[in-house]
Parts: sequence; C-alpha cells; structure tokens
Amino acid sequence: MRKLSNVYVIGGGESKYGELWDRSLREIAVEAGLKAVENAGIRTKDLNAIYMGNSLGGLISKQEHLSALMSDYAGIASEYIPSMRIEASTASGGAAFRQAYLSIKSGEHDVVMVGGAEKMTELYGTEIIDITSSLVDREWEAFNGATPAALAALSARKYMRDFNVKKEALAAISVNDHANASLNDNAQYRNKITIEQALNATPIAEPLNLMDCAPMTDGASSVILASEKYVKEHGSKGVRIMGSAVSQGPFALHSRKSFYTVEPTIISTKKALEQAKIKLGDISFVEMHDSYSIYGLMALEDLGFAQKGHASELVENGIGLNSNLPVNPSGGLKAKGFPYGAAGVSQIYEAYLQLSGKAGKRQIKNASYGLLHNMAGSGAASVVHILGVE
Amino acid sequence: MGELSRMWREMPSRYRMQGDKCGNCSQIYFPPREVCPVCHRDSIGKMQEVDIDGAGEILSFTVVHEAPPAFLRQKPYIIALVKLKEGPVITGQIVDTLPEEIDIGTKVRSVFRKISEDGKSGVIHYGYKFIPE
Ligand SMILES: [Zn+2]
Repeated sequence: MRKLSNVYVIGGGESKYGELWDRSLREIAVEAGLKAVENAGIRTKDLNAIYMGNSLGGLISKQEHLSALMSDYAGIASEYIPSMRIEASTASGGAAFRQAYLSIKSGEHDVVMVGGAEKMTELYGTEIIDITSSLVDREWEAFNGATPAALAALSARKYMRDFNVKKEALAAISVNDHANASLNDNAQYRNKITIEQALNATPIAEPLNLMDCAPMTDGASSVILASEKYVKEHGSKGVRIMGSAVSQGPFALHSRKSFYTVEPTIISTKKALEQAKIKLGDISFVEMHDSYSIYGLMALEDLGFAQKGHASELVENGIGLNSNLPVNPSGGLKAKGFPYGAAGVSQIYEAYLQLSGKAGKRQIKNASYGLLHNMAGSGAASVVHILGVE
Repeated sequence: MGELSRMWREMPSRYRMQGDKCGNCSQIYFPPREVCPVCHRDSIGKMQEVDIDGAGEILSFTVVHEAPPAFLRQKPYIIALVKLKEGPVITGQIVDTLPEEIDIGTKVRSVFRKISEDGKSGVIHYGYKFIPE
C-alpha cells in the first residue's frame, strides 16, 4: 500500500474578531485568506483547493455558495480550482479543516487553503436568536422556544445538581478566557473579568448569564495546509496534523442518553490520540469549544482531563497559561470571540502560532502538542484535532 | 417562519402528541421517527402511530430571558426537558406556574396551547406545553 502523506499547517492568518460593522463577510474572509497565503510563503496560484467553513451565511447575509465568492474575491477564480463550503453548524471550521487534511492525506492535493468566516452582527434585534436556533432541532426544540442558550442551560442545571457544582466553576471558564484574550490583539474582548462580575451578569437562560455565553462575533481565520512532499521541496516550516477525527451523535439534546456528556467528543478524542500515538498527558494546551461556560466543563471531562462531574477541581487548580494544562490560550470562544463557522479554524491558527513559537505574549512554554475541540451546536457532533511539533 | 405546509404536516404530533411505536421492539418514539434507531432496517414499514398520554416529569429546566421574535411576548418563560411516561424525553415549555414552584422531578402534564406567533405573516402556531400536576 502506498504510504499516505503527512500533512502540515504551514501558515495562517485572520481578521480582527469583533463587531466589524464596516466590513462585509467577503472582505474578512478574503483578508484572512490572503494573510494566510502570505504567512505561509506561497502564492494563491499554488493552491490546489479551498475549503471554507461557514455556518449561517445563508440566513444572516442571504448569501450561499460562499466558497465560490471566496475564491473569486481572493482573485483566483481564473485558476479554476475546486472550492467548497463545509457546513456543520458551529463545527463547520473544524470540519472544513478535516476535509482539507483528508484531501492532502489521500494524495489528491498538495497545498490547500482552509477558511472559516462568519458575520454575526449583520442583523439588529432578536432576529439573530431565531437564526442561531437553526443550530438545534428547529421542529422539536426551537419550535417550542428553546434557543442554543436554553439548551446549554438545561445541561448546566442538571450537571450542577447531579455533581453539586457551584456557579463559580462555570464562571472560572469565562474568567480564564478573558485573561488570555487580554493578550490577544485580535480578540473581541480584551478586558479581564472577575469571578464576581461573571456571577452577577444579566441572566440569559438561567442558570446561565451573559458572561457564560460566547458573544456574537464577526471574524475570519484561515490556514494553509501542505503535503510532506511540498514541505520538503519548498523547505516550508510547519506543524504536523497528527490526529483528526469527527463523530456525529443524536441531534437533539433530548435524544441523548446524558445531558452533560458529549459522546462525539469522547469518541473523536480517543481516535485522534490513537492516530497521534501520544497520551492525553502529553498534550501541552487545549483549545476547547466553550460557546457556553458549561460546555467548557463538559469538554474538559469528555476530552479526558477530568472525571465526569469533576472538571471544577481541575479548573480550581488552574487552567491559565502557566498551569499544567493551559486552556484556550487564544481567549476561547467567550473572549476571543465566536464567529460560528470560523471558530474551528481559529483554534487551528492558535495551535499553529503556539507550536511555532509565534504566540507572543501568550506563548506557552515548550508547547509540543495542541488538542483542538470544535463542537456542533449543543453537542450533536465534535471535531477533534491534534497538532504537534516534531 | 410562515411555513404553512410544514405546520399542517406536523399537526397530529403537535396537537395530540402522536408518536410512533416500533412494531419490532415496541419502543415508543416522540417526536415520531420513520425508522427505529434500535432495530434499524428491521423496523422499516413497522412503525405504528401511537398517541402519547402527556404525563411526564421534569428532568431539567431553564428560564429563558433572551428570546427570538416569535417568543418575545412570553419571556421570561420556562423551557424544560420532560421525560414522558412512555419513555421519550422532549423539550417544551412549562406554563401556569413560577420557576420557584417547579424543580427537577416535578410531575407535569401536557396541555394544548398557543406556542408562538409569527409577526410578519400573522400565523399562530399551536402545540403542547406542560403544567405541573
Ligand atoms: Zn425497534
């Protein structure tokens, strides 16, 4: 059997994350893409394909076929290369990255761009709450008034009750995100917050409040992937994609065996670790999908860093940049920001920066392996990647 | 919204909680399913319509303060995971009570109510909600 190609991330770039009222979806997507191309030291005409992660472009911007738009406005329509949008709600970015990875691993492509972009602040008022409810089961959850925040709150109340976990543990997830984002120039919220501030914010869906919920963010991130052959021939520097897995479970929260266990996260993590041939203890840092603070605690457990119900102890012992397990060095979804389809690519870009020693003030010492966890909606699917330096 | 044919199609399930029973393993499903996730192809053509009683128990609940347009006039409102007597767990509102008066474990019963109103088209959607027993 022919040996499959190793795949590397050789560069990346992103737009600022925030409320970018003066910028369009296509502008930020192209900005991230071109920065990634420049950073990777390639030319756009070197690209064999583009994979684009986007969740809600059709509903928010009334624009579909974003992959075509992206390729055209990046100025490479005349290269006639394949360009595809991958949609897996809030895991679109991670899913697009995985498809790009597979396309190189298979031998089909040598250089591929992955873009993730979302323009969340285009609409005013509460319309966006209805649109984001398309992440969950429209007919049997959202129809009855459930929102993504409400579903996270249902998980939170049950979790807190069953394991006697206090609200402070959830707040600590958001506090950590804000502390790390204060060191990230591209982050939406660079203000540090205290546990008290996190506990006393406006209620959104009890027991969750504003500080438990990732914000509405405009943002785009992009990374360039290359085959082993390309990296050798061009002397590119990169970090290797050591593990890549995705798993899909029941769609609606009410269909799951547990309301605070995301089986797809457990399954994807196990697969990714096996592929990487490393142990969980080897992981230097984690970027996890904490769209709601409760999902951060659940992820730490489902990823395997804590027993079910005990993530609060891990969090109390510290998950900061200098801890044993730095969590969300980028600032995470809560503070770097949460442009749905870009979130998974944003995590990859952070891992690329950390593992290349380019993360500046938030650089984690001796970062060797990064674990990236991108989840869809309330936990219907999870994409897990492991990137490493060799 | 304004998706009239969808709402019409879903009426039996929304108005009188019509679910499905697998003719192979007898498992009951609500919302209805075309195929049994336990029996897979062995259940094809064997799913039978069954009416759900509407009695159940709260497994978790939240009070929603940030709501989409169709629910703005109801907020704050309670959303719960309700385990039905027949087995399935569903998502629905708890009404005619206060958050302080319910808890995980509270017994509830389904009632037929207005669910939401579509401001633009004026369509009013009806379906099940739950009240404490
Ligand atoms: Zn069956």
